[in-house]
Order: sequence, then C-alpha cells, then structure tokens
Amino acid sequence: MSQRFKDIDYIDLLLWLFRAVIIIIVIWGTVAKIFLGRGNAYTADDWIDFFVSGLSQGSLYALIALGYTLVYGVLFMINFAHGEFFMSGTMTATVFVALPLSASGFLDEHPIIGMLAIMLTAMLISIGVAVLTERVAYRPLRRAPRLVPLITAIGASFFWQYFFRGLYGSSLVPFPELAVLQGKYNLFGIEILKTRAVVVVASVVMLVGLYFFVMRTKTGKAIRAVAEDKDVAALMGIDVDRTIAITFATGAAMAGAAGVLYGLVFRQVHFFMGFVPGIKAFTAAVLGGIGSIPGAALGGLFLGVIEAVGPPLFLEGLGIPGGHQLKDVIAFTMLVLVLIFRPQGIIGERLAEKKA
Amino acid sequence: MAQLDVRDAIRKGLLAGVIALGLSVIGMVEAFDQRDVITDVFSLGQLLLFAAPAVVGFLVVKGRDIRAYGPALISGALAGVFAAIPIFLLLMLTLIYPGLRAQLVNVSPTLIGILTFGSGQIVGGLLLTAVMGVLGLVGATTHVIPDRISDPLVLGVGWTLLIGVLSEVLLNILRPLLPRGVLRFLFGTKGITLVTAVILLVLITVGIAWWRAQGRERYQKRIAARSAVQVANARRTSLGAGLLLLLVLPFILGTYLTEVVDNVGLYVLMGLGLNIVVGFAGLLDLGYVAFFAIGAYMMGILTSQGDLGVGGISFWLALPICVATSTIAGIILGTPVLRMRGDYLAIVTLGFGEIIRVLATSDLLKPVIGGAQGILQIPKPEIFGFTILQPQHFYYVILASVFLALFISSRLRDSRLGRQWMSLREDEDVAEAMGIHLVKTKLLAFGIGAAFSGLAGAIFAARLSSIFPHSFNLLISINVLSLIIVGGMGSLPGVVVGALVLVGLPELLREFAEYRLLLYGALLIAMMLRKPDGLWPSPVRRRELKAEEQEKLMMQAEGLE
Amino acid sequence: MPLLDAIKVTKRFGGLTAVNNLSFSIEKGAIVSIIGPNGAGKTTFFNCITGFYQIDEGDIVFDGRSAKGRSPDQITRMGISRTYQNIRLFAHMTALENILVGMEPRLHSTWLGAIFGLRSTLQEEERALDEARELLNFVGLTGKGDWLAKSLPYGDQRRLEIARALASKPKLLLLDEPTAGMNPRETAHTTTFIKQLRDELGITILLIEHDMRVVMGISEDITVLDYGEKIAKGTPVEIQNNPRVIEAYLGRGAAASATIEVAS
Repeated sequence: MSQRFKDIDYIDLLLWLFRAVIIIIVIWGTVAKIFLGRGNAYTADDWIDFFVSGLSQGSLYALIALGYTLVYGVLFMINFAHGEFFMSGTMTATVFVALPLSASGFLDEHPIIGMLAIMLTAMLISIGVAVLTERVAYRPLRRAPRLVPLITAIGASFFWQYFFRGLYGSSLVPFPELAVLQGKYNLFGIEILKTRAVVVVASVVMLVGLYFFVMRTKTGKAIRAVAEDKDVAALMGIDVDRTIAITFATGAAMAGAAGVLYGLVFRQVHFFMGFVPGIKAFTAAVLGGIGSIPGAALGGLFLGVIEAVGPPLFLEGLGIPGGHQLKDVIAFTMLVLVLIFRPQGIIGERLAEKKA
Repeated sequence: MAQLDVRDAIRKGLLAGVIALGLSVIGMVEAFDQRDVITDVFSLGQLLLFAAPAVVGFLVVKGRDIRAYGPALISGALAGVFAAIPIFLLLMLTLIYPGLRAQLVNVSPTLIGILTFGSGQIVGGLLLTAVMGVLGLVGATTHVIPDRISDPLVLGVGWTLLIGVLSEVLLNILRPLLPRGVLRFLFGTKGITLVTAVILLVLITVGIAWWRAQGRERYQKRIAARSAVQVANARRTSLGAGLLLLLVLPFILGTYLTEVVDNVGLYVLMGLGLNIVVGFAGLLDLGYVAFFAIGAYMMGILTSQGDLGVGGISFWLALPICVATSTIAGIILGTPVLRMRGDYLAIVTLGFGEIIRVLATSDLLKPVIGGAQGILQIPKPEIFGFTILQPQHFYYVILASVFLALFISSRLRDSRLGRQWMSLREDEDVAEAMGIHLVKTKLLAFGIGAAFSGLAGAIFAARLSSIFPHSFNLLISINVLSLIIVGGMGSLPGVVVGALVLVGLPELLREFAEYRLLLYGALLIAMMLRKPDGLWPSPVRRRELKAEEQEKLMMQAEGLE
Repeated sequence: MPLLDAIKVTKRFGGLTAVNNLSFSIEKGAIVSIIGPNGAGKTTFFNCITGFYQIDEGDIVFDGRSAKGRSPDQITRMGISRTYQNIRLFAHMTALENILVGMEPRLHSTWLGAIFGLRSTLQEEERALDEARELLNFVGLTGKGDWLAKSLPYGDQRRLEIARALASKPKLLLLDEPTAGMNPRETAHTTTFIKQLRDELGITILLIEHDMRVVMGISEDITVLDYGEKIAKGTPVEIQNNPRVIEAYLGRGAAASATIEVAS
C-alpha cells in the first residue's frame, strides 16, 4: 500500500510547497543569523550551553519515547496516556519521598541513596499506574478497531491527570535541590551544569541497560516475539498478556526515572507536566522510527537539540520576536513533517513495512 | 449457604472501598458535600460515598444470582463492610500521622468530619463501617425481594435523589410560578426538604408500581387502537409542542440557565461538525479546536472596535467570512494529513491544534491577534436596530445555527456524499476501488466540519465580547470528542444528548468543574468498554442491533426445522 | 483490438518480483481465467490492473487508453470493476447502500444539491435506488436490501459483492475466486451465473479461480502463472495436457505420469 503513488496532483504540489517553505525558513534564518548577525549576539559558550541543555532535555525525551516505542512495537497502538505514567511516578515520589527526605536533611547527607529511593518510588508508582491502565482500559479492547484503544488511552490520560491533581493539588510542587549537583563541571575547558551532565549520563546508562534487557534477556526475547506475531508467540508457550503487561511496565519504569531527572532539571513538578513532554517524546519516537529502541534514543536527542538551538538560530535570524515561545511549534512542526513525509522515521524502515 | 462466596464478596467489597477511598482523597466527596440533596440530611458528597457499598452489595448477589435471603444478606453486608475498610485505614493513618495533608492536599479536617460523621476517627470509623455494612445489606436486598416491588423502589429512590441534586435548577424555574411559602416548604436552603423527598419517593414509587402493573398495558392498548390519522395528528402535535417549548425556553429558564443552554448549544454546534469528520467519515481529529479559534479570532479582527479591529464591519457581514475562513483552514490543514491513517492522523491533528494555540499566545502574531491579552471590545450583534445582548437573545442565534447544522448534517448523511463517507470509514481501499475520490471526499468532511466549528467560534466571540488564547486549548477538542462518543458516533440526536450530559450537567453542578475531565476520562473508557455505540446510537448502528436480533431469530427458526 | 492488453508488466516488492514480464490480453466478450499455484502472482496482477499497485515496468491498455499510473478510482471510472478473494463488503452498511456505493462512477449529483434538495439530485437518487433494487433482484437477493452486509449469509455476501461490482456498469469484471468457500451446488450455481453475466449483459470477464471444474467449464482461454511468470496459455484442453502446467501444480516427476485429474 505504501508503494502507492498518485500522479502529481495539487496535493503533491501543496506538500512540496509546504516542504519548501519550511526549508527556506530554516536556511534563510540560519544564514541571516550567522552571516548578518541578526538578533542577540551569542558567544561560542552560549551556543555550547544551548546544545548541552538541548542534549539533557533530549535525553529525557529519549527515555520517555522508549515507552511509546515499546508499546507501539508490541500492540501497534499509540499509548496516549504514557505522559501520565511519567507524571504519576514523579509527582508521588516528589511528594512522599523527595520532600520529606530533603526536609530531614537526609537527601544532602546521602544524596546517592536518597536519589535512588526517589527514583525507585517513581518507577514503582509509574509501573503500577501503567499496569492498571493496561489491564482496565487496553486489554479488553485488544481486538477492537484501532481507534477504540486510542480513545480509551485519551480517556485514561485525562483521568490520571485529574486524579493526581485531586491527590496533590493543582499548584506547582518544588523538587528539592541537591547540594552536590550545584555548580558546574569543567570538561575539556567546557563548563557544563552538573545537573545536566548527570541527567545525560543517567539517561545513557538506562538506555543502554534497556537495550540489553530487550536484546539479551529471556523476557526481552518474549517481548520481541510478541511484537513479531502474537499468535505464534502464544503457540510457542509465551504468556502474551503477561508479556504485554511487562512491556508497559518497562516503558513506565523508564518514564518514572525520566520524571525524577525532569525534577532535577526543572526543580518543579505538577499534574500537567506529562502532557507536553509526552507528545514531544512521541514525536521523538516517530522521528527515530517508532518501534526501534536506538531510534527512540536518537530521535529524542535530535529533537531536544533542535528545540534548544532552533529558536536562537533560525527564528531569531528571521527577526521573530520571542523565539523561545515557539519552541513547541518547532517540535510539533517536526512531528507533522515526519508523519507526512517519512512516517517510517529517519532511521527506521522495518516497522513501516510491517504495518502495511 | 452453598451459594455464599465469601472471597468474592470481600474482593468486590474491597474494590468498591478503594473507589470510595479514591473519591475521598481526591477531594470529590468534600467538594460535593457542599451540595445538599436533602437539606441538612443528605449531601451529594455522601451520595457519592455511600453509593459504593450499596451498589457493590447489589452486584455481589446479582453476580452469583443468589436468591435465598440468608446468603444474600450476609454477602451484601460483608461486601459493604469491606467497602468501608480502605477508608477506615485512611482514618487510622490520619490518627498516627496527622500531617498527611502536607502530602495529600484534600485529606482535610472537613473530609475527615464527613467520613466520621463528626465523631472522631475511631468511633466515626466504626460507625462508617456499620453504615456501609447496612447499605451493602440494603443493596443485596433489592435483588432478593420480588422485582415488582424492588424495581419501583429503586427507581423511586433514584429519581428522588436526581431531583434533589438538580433542585437548584427546579427552584430557578419554579420561583416565578409558585408562592414563596410553597417554595419554602418544598426547597430547603440547599436541596429539597426531607418532607418533599418523602412525598416524591412515595409518589414516584407508587406511580411506577402502578404503571408496571396496569398502566402500561392500558396505554399500549390505547395506542394500538389509534387510527393512522390520529397517529399523524399526535405526532404533529408533539412536534409542534416541542418546537414551541424550544422557542419559549429562555423565558422559562431565566438568565443563568439560558447561559448554560447557550453553552450547550455551542458545543452541539461543534459536536455536529466533528461528528461529520469522526462519526461519518471516520477521521479522528484531535485538533478540532483550531477551527473554533479561527472562527472566533476572525470575528474579533473583523468587528472589534478596539485597537486590533481592522474591519469594523457588522456581525452579520463578518459571520459568513468567519465560516469561510474556517472552512478554508480546514481544507488547508486537511490536505497534508489526508494520506495518513487512523492514529497517526489523530496525533498530527493534535499537533496542528497545539501549533495554532502556541501561535495565538506568541509575540509573533501579537500585533494581529493580541497575544495573551487577546482581542477586546467585540461588539454585540445588532439586528434591525435591536442589539443582541442578553443570553436569552443569543439563544435564538444559537438555536437557529444548531437547526441549520442539524438540517445540513441530516441531508448530507442521507445523500450520496454521506454514503461515500460511510464507505470510507468502513474500508478506504475498497471505497477508492468503487470510484470514490478519496481526497475530495475527505476534504469535504474536513471543510464542512470546520465550517460548523468556525460558526460556533464566531458566535462565541460575539457573545463574550472578548477572546483570549487560553479559551482555545486542547481540552475543548477533548470535550467535543467526548460528547460525540458518549452520545454515539455518527448519531445526530446523540450529539445533542452528549452535549446535554457532558456540558449541561457539569455547568449546573458547579462542584463538577474541578473533576469534569476526570469524569470525562473515566466515561470515555467506560463507554468504549461497555457501550461503544453511545447513549443514542446512530440509525446504522441501530439497524445493526436489529440485524443481530434477526440473526438470532433465524437461527432459532433453523433450529426448529 | 483487445479490450484489455497488458504489455510486459512487471511488479516488484523490494527484492521479490511478484509479476514478471507478463503479457496478457482479453478480447471483448470473452471469459478468461488466470490460474496458478498459491503465490503465483494472480491477485497481484489484479491489483496492478485496478491501479491498487503501480506497475514497475510495462503498460496496461484498456479500451484503447493506457491505465498505467492511474488511481483506483480513475480506473473504475474507465470501466473495470472487481470483487475480492476475501469478501470486502462495507460491513456496516445495508445491501442497498453497498450497491449504491458501487454505482458511484455513474452518479453526478453534488452535496450542495443534496443540502438544497434539488429536484435533479432527488431524481437521480430515486433512479439509483430503483436500479440498485433491480440489481439486487438480478443476483437473487430480492427483499434483502435493508439487511446489513455483514449479517447476510456467506453465499449472499459473494453475490452482493458481484452486484456491487456490476453497479458501475463495467466493461470488464474481475472476479477473484468467486466460488471460494462454496459447496458444489453453490459453485455450480455461481458458474451458471457468471456465464449469464456475459451472455445477458455482454460483460467481459476475467477470473482467478482455484476450482478446476469452474475454470474448465466456463473459460474460453486460460493463462497459467507460476512465480509471477506466464508458463502457459490456451484452451482448457490444451492447458490440461500441458506438461509445464502439470509440473507447476504437481511438482517435477509427477509431470511425466499424471494428467490433471480434476478435469475428468
């Protein structure tokens, strides 16, 4: 089906126009910025700063994107509620563990144990919410038309958002600052904020860990078998329902961990924090080719960097006021562009075929 | 005692208890406690809390169809008691750790007061357990006693409570009609009085019991005996009465309620538009609010007398321009996503909606549409020198628009285009192989859907006199989507029913506001699991339900051969 | 001039060549079959003709005009209709509605006409409905117009699909295994019906079929595909005695001793 091309009609024309406009905006803006020096004058350090902040933001997207990619790989379903798995664990861990630990001074005395406790709580709560959602809202509808589980996912998303708003209130909750993470590291003469460095390193460790979990362990094999063909996997003695639940749990655990890192970077959490990162992480997953784990990682980093560097580079170059406000527009435009022109993602190929 | 299943009762009881606990800790019980159903006796919060044990008591015996009194009552009471346990544990926790409110903001002294009937955690907790046990028992009883008694009783209680919940609305309507003394007798400070409740309960229960026993049969006989002319006359009369009622509605309802109805009307308008896209053509559009926003902003720019107004033209002249702009936007935004299927389409439209929202708030477009400050001083429409000012006046503008949209929707549904949309929804490849031009058909759905939404947006702008970008967020798209799903996808009366239930009810019960989306979310899941056709299924779906019956009959007939 | 002329058609999927350098033609008013083992590329060839797949090489000429590069809806409008191997009716629409959708290429009313209730639109709908009922009677589904497609019995669904394909008044009808899943009585009935279509309506018919009784009974010309290539073409008798065909069906070795038993 994907091989189907129509003769050049006005849609193709419009799409080409669309693409051309975007390319012109980016190139024109960049040229104007670099050669004509439009907008603020940034030093090389500023650019490095943008880049590193993009990288740390992107590694969060990558961690969240894993959940979308794993679930899509197994169920061909966009788990719209995934952003809420991210939020639920983080909110709970912040309110019940991080804040009390910080108030008692434990967190500053034993930062590593403290952070591990926070992360573990976040991951467990995210897993709980994910497994419950899967059990109630997705499992009974596995054979329904594709739009049906998407609708229940949207329902679950709003349910959890407002459930946790009811639990913890609608105000911003501050995430405690860690004394050890204040200040900067000096890496080959480049100054990097400690939190950002920690976030990037922690994310990379988890991404690699997950990759080996899926590729090397028996459970990982079961997940991949179910992704290939549920019926055949069941014939081979794999408990499909359980494997799907584990897939959700794995994605949710990554999201919960990402949430704590989010807290470290932004120093505040709230009930609505899952929505925008959720959509962006989905964008990242699609960018990298949904269904592929390395794709999700690369897509996340790519999106994070574009978002951070884009506004000062080509938007300011165009003389657009308040470019940083349009950060989300860049992300969503990328989403739209990728889905229109290259739905198999930048590096992905396999899944697009399988879908057809 | 063979039918008694203790573990089942405990499991279900605990599940109900967790739900009741959830409702309590997220603050719903406390918020809803503000509204009395029966003055000073029973609040909506308590109704919420105590529904769990009563319902679970009923379900436990119904699930196993226990008909003997002994086992039924024991199961019910057991389930009820266990439904209290999660809350009981919460109460104990607050005794040991009084600072819980620092974490769970809604575990307030007021909530604990409600949960314990104001008598301290331990005594109150035990009291709560006892009450819930009794309610579980009552719930179980309704399944055991004969249906001809229990059905009217349950319905009587249900209707009485519903009237109590909506007493404010009734009071608003009845205030000009009845003398003060009567009103004071019927209505308390909040909710209905105990006397009214008892009277209502008796009247409704007896009424329903009589209807079930005799009335229905008599009525059916009378209906059956009518001639064709009489039937037609009766139909015309009821249709005329309905229309008349719609025309005089604002006079009956008063300003506040009319405003609620206006809101429902705007949502019906949007719902009818999205229904074409999602219900008829099967294209899930999550960015639908964009067209509403475009309609509203266009109206603002064209008519505003403030700094941003450029046209200064009249509402009526601007209206078609707004609709046309939205339609064109629908077609432009529709074009790139046409080749996408199902879920990708949903996410891309969501992305479009967000782009529009972010652009509306940004500094980039501030000189044109005012950024976060929005557009002010949008004049009210005038007609023949008369200014449409009050909600009651807007009601007629909205009513006319809704009728127009209903008319267009129903004509299209039954037309060639409607069939094309339906076939598209069923199987896109085959539809194309039948000679249907996919692009044109989909764009028509997007365009017409966007037109309805733009119309709603334009009226919305004129009604509020000012528009701000935060009015056009994703939640509106979700509201509209929810209402057409709850009403029944593809069903025109379903849109109206959905809007009444999802927009009307929460506006009448202001306590809902905080929890509206929580309920929508739960409702979306519940509908998809239990009643995917909605409250008022579309004609096709009904035919389908009928066809299933046909099939069953045929199978039976074959079995007889 | 043949009604349909496929000239050296090739269709590849990645590394797999599903249809290879296939030339094929049908004269007006003929009944022609394509047979071949599973995976021989028969349905792929159908999909190439109907524009569902774009061919990589070669050309397809229909009624004197090239069909290459046209979209499925355009090809249907040129006069080719089809049915599907695994019935693909619009399940939640009624039998009549299914046929009315099939009539699309011949309808001209617009949506504006429908909104304003123009006389021409209403008349067209009226006529279409009459015609759809006639078609329903023609395929033997009298009185079942208001049934939902999915609630019809299997045999009726097959017939409804043919009625839907006929509704566009095609010049060429492609039938993809029309008797699949039918019992011998139904199969015999369908065979007669296909002949009737050609004899009474003058429609040219191209069918893919597995049931050799059907193929040998009604086709005037048979083309045999194997691995996307044409390995034989001829009358039923010629095909039955062609060693390459026997080999393709029964495997090497069997070819020497066996003839196709189904033909007897």
